[in-house]
Amino acid sequence: MTIHENYPGTEDRSRFTEDIRRFEFQTNLPLRHRIGIIWRLVLLVSVIAGIIALSVLLISIINDSFGYAAIEYKVHPSSLSLNGRPLNELSCSEIVLLLEDHLTANRLRQLESENPFSTRSLEDCHETAIFEISKPKAVVTWSLFYSLKYSRELKIYVAQKYPDADLVFQNWLNSDFIRSPQSSDPLRTGILTAIMGSIYVIGIVIVVAFPVGIAAAIYLEEYSSRSFLHKIIQTNINNLAGVPSIIYGMLGLALFVRALEPLTSGAIFGLSDSTTANGRTILSAGLTLALLVLPVIIINAQEAIRAVPNSLRQASYGMGATKWQTVWHHVLPNAIPGILTGTILSVSRAFGETAPLVVVGASTYITFNPESIFSKFTTIPIQIYQWTARPQDVYKNIAAAAIIVLLVLLLTLNATAIILRNRLSRRLI
Amino acid sequence: MNFQLLQQISSTNALLSSAVDQSIIEAVNLNVYYGNFLAVIDINIKIEKQKITALIGPSGCGKTTVLRAFNRMNDLIPIARTTGEVLFLGQNIYAEDVDPVEVRKRIGMVFQKPNPFPKSIYENIAWGARINGFRGTKSDLDDLVEQSLRDAALWEEVKDKLDQSGLSLSGGQQQRLCIARTIAIKPDIILMDEPCSALDPISTLKIEELMRDLSRNYTIIIVTHNMQQAARVSDFTAFLTLTEDRAGKLMEYGSTSQVFTNPKEKVTEDYITGRFG
Repeated sequence: MTIHENYPGTEDRSRFTEDIRRFEFQTNLPLRHRIGIIWRLVLLVSVIAGIIALSVLLISIINDSFGYAAIEYKVHPSSLSLNGRPLNELSCSEIVLLLEDHLTANRLRQLESENPFSTRSLEDCHETAIFEISKPKAVVTWSLFYSLKYSRELKIYVAQKYPDADLVFQNWLNSDFIRSPQSSDPLRTGILTAIMGSIYVIGIVIVVAFPVGIAAAIYLEEYSSRSFLHKIIQTNINNLAGVPSIIYGMLGLALFVRALEPLTSGAIFGLSDSTTANGRTILSAGLTLALLVLPVIIINAQEAIRAVPNSLRQASYGMGATKWQTVWHHVLPNAIPGILTGTILSVSRAFGETAPLVVVGASTYITFNPESIFSKFTTIPIQIYQWTARPQDVYKNIAAAAIIVLLVLLLTLNATAIILRNRLSRRLI
Repeated sequence: MNFQLLQQISSTNALLSSAVDQSIIEAVNLNVYYGNFLAVIDINIKIEKQKITALIGPSGCGKTTVLRAFNRMNDLIPIARTTGEVLFLGQNIYAEDVDPVEVRKRIGMVFQKPNPFPKSIYENIAWGARINGFRGTKSDLDDLVEQSLRDAALWEEVKDKLDQSGLSLSGGQQQRLCIARTIAIKPDIILMDEPCSALDPISTLKIEELMRDLSRNYTIIIVTHNMQQAARVSDFTAFLTLTEDRAGKLMEYGSTSQVFTNPKEKVTEDYITGRFG
């Protein structure tokens, strides 16, 4: 009895092995290795190109955020004195006397109404005196690199060209810049108004887009039947994710600012005041950006939900769980790290979004921080955009400082979300 | 077939003769379609109470489809459609007023690949009880978890690490955990879909012993590719095969000893002696 009779089918297999032996192989090993090395280099170059681009960006921003500035005064602060005593020895009440000497009664009343002098700190009184009486003005500014390399030449140059000016090494990203509201004076202006605006707007984006996006994704993945309608909706969501953001701005303008004005201006809550009328509020901006990121959040959440192994769903159903119990106890906890990854990316995008907010009506100039979601607003990217559009040299440095603030806030936001995500995914293992 | 196997079969035979005809679940003219494809055709089978019934047959003959028809798991596949009846204690579980969730609580399932939830061992078991409306204090739940793990012969191995993830266990332990969480919700029937195919021989042996223990209280239906396993553990064996249209049909059904030693059909004999499949 041969082996072939015992195991039907093996006779074919042995013929196959003989066939295979007839082929010759040319291994070509050096060439294959060379191709591998070339591709590896191509990949490496791409990474390096990315790193270089990012470094150039960071360096140029930092370069503009610090550096010498020539500052001219109407009255030099060192010459300010009351009864022979210099400014930095005066108390707050004495500074008020000094201000009375130099300012109009009107301006003084204005300052008093902004923040009464009796409640101001000594430091604040000092600053007010310098800015109100001396009126400093940055006539020329230089970048960090230039300032460090040519500091001696700069001193000579400024002494000759601007004999009245002080050459000061300015840190444009100082604590005053972060703590002050916007001002028309470039040396006093701050980013706080825009920071608050951005935080409010992003808060609304998260509160609106995150739950709605997840809910839509759950419905589309777990509940909806794979019908023709489902395909249409899915295609539309995919396309909406690619629509330019300015289009969403138009939508926001038409829908939230115009059509839903009573809601977005707070009028139906009785909160309307004349300055925030016509719906150009934080709420409108937040809802517009929420619409903008919604498709991306939905698509990402769908991917994450699809990645939950089916065996888990089966196990859950097999134990007599309902659909909702399965979704809530198993699908969502397992999908949430992936969902958060998508949300982090989307919210970061919304954070840096400018164009739709310009259309929706971000304020070009407001000096007070937003108080509620029905306030007028500006955001950091809007502020950067406006500062870079100004002709004066000094705004370039202020914009650079604002960009650093924007990047730091973005990093904080992302880091928080990533830590949250990692904690959630660790809990599952 | 070796001597040991025959001995085992004859011992199950002795059990059988004492059993009265007690059917717990019954398929009547059951057909399952996937889209337009008829996957299993005209299945008629009566499953005995508190016995182990094995479904065997070549790959793709619809064993798993039949098994999943018993607790309406096929409903989860959008394109699947079932006709005919499955009578559970006389009631058709495919009737319109029957909630599949209730069916699955009464007829639990253990899957081919161990699939514990990514939760603690304790939670793996307590969760099923909780979602099914377990009424009791925390200590009642503790007792339930312990009892289920004991019944699944896992308690001694995991009693000190109940708060560890179910996924930290070995494959065989994971599968016993899956059995434990199934019996924690007190089903009448446990369906097992090749529960040992992903396990090593020793784990397989443990699960088989466990099945024999469980069959005192539960009805077990098991799909297996391993004919020795079917012969070792089951009381009844159903042999499915393919028609020309590649639909699965029930070829032969009887006590395991009869099917393995004295099959009525030529195809059955060919299959269990390894001539095809």
